[in-house]
Amino acid sequence: MKIRILQELLGAELICGEEHLDCDVHSACGSDMMSDVLAYVKDQAVLLTGLVNSQVIRTAEMMDMVCIVFVRSKRPTLEMIETAQESGIALLSTDKRMFEACGILYTNGLNGAKT
Amino acid sequence: MSEFIKFHFDVDGENFVSAGQASVQVKKNLRQLGLPPEIIRQLSIAMYEGEINMVIHAGGGEADVTVYEDRVEIVLTDHGPGIADISLAMQEGYSTATENVRALGFGAGMGLPNMKRYTDEMTIDSAVGRGTTITMCVYLNKQ
Repeated sequence: MKIRILQELLGAELICGEEHLDCDVHSACGSDMMSDVLAYVKDQAVLLTGLVNSQVIRTAEMMDMVCIVFVRSKRPTLEMIETAQESGIALLSTDKRMFEACGILYTNGLNGAKT
Repeated sequence: MSEFIKFHFDVDGENFVSAGQASVQVKKNLRQLGLPPEIIRQLSIAMYEGEINMVIHAGGGEADVTVYEDRVEIVLTDHGPGIADISLAMQEGYSTATENVRALGFGAGMGLPNMKRYTDEMTIDSAVGRGTTITMCVYLNKQ
């Protein structure tokens, strides 16, 4: 699934990373606990989270993720946006809740974490 | 061959926002050295968890990364409170982190188990009141 399609499915706003919209992603995970993301995610491309701090971007960077979706209309800080741009990570914001956002992506073919 | 490359970092214990900067730099350095992506990811995650631990538990510390011909070694040293019960600390889900740290997305009791999960060898040398030294190693040519 291209990030562009993911954005449409979630009705999400693109905050940064327009150049990554045609990047293909195959799996995602949703969590507000970054240590859980670091523990259970392998080859995941998309992180859905309601957490907003700089460690969200760093966690995604460590995991080689290419897209972060902030749920419940959360918005990243300017510093986070700059870090994401440097790291080649697209940032999206959706008004959907975590459960709903994950469900939409799952039913449209995005896989969960393989442990 | 005894050739190796060393990187040294001071980890600031006062600033949660900047925590992880050393790990980001290590990841860049390892990429420049042309190490395999999966190895780089393992090392980066292990070091990142260690770096976060140093910031939230020990007031910062030092990180030394050495790239040998056959392996990469990470040594994390702090002078924090130390770990009273290492086997307990290694259990997934056990954490002494405060609610404040949990609100930041860490303190799930996964840090040390994650570090062990992503490395081939890990030793913890810790004493209460003295501090902690964690040595992790990932081999480059796995059979």
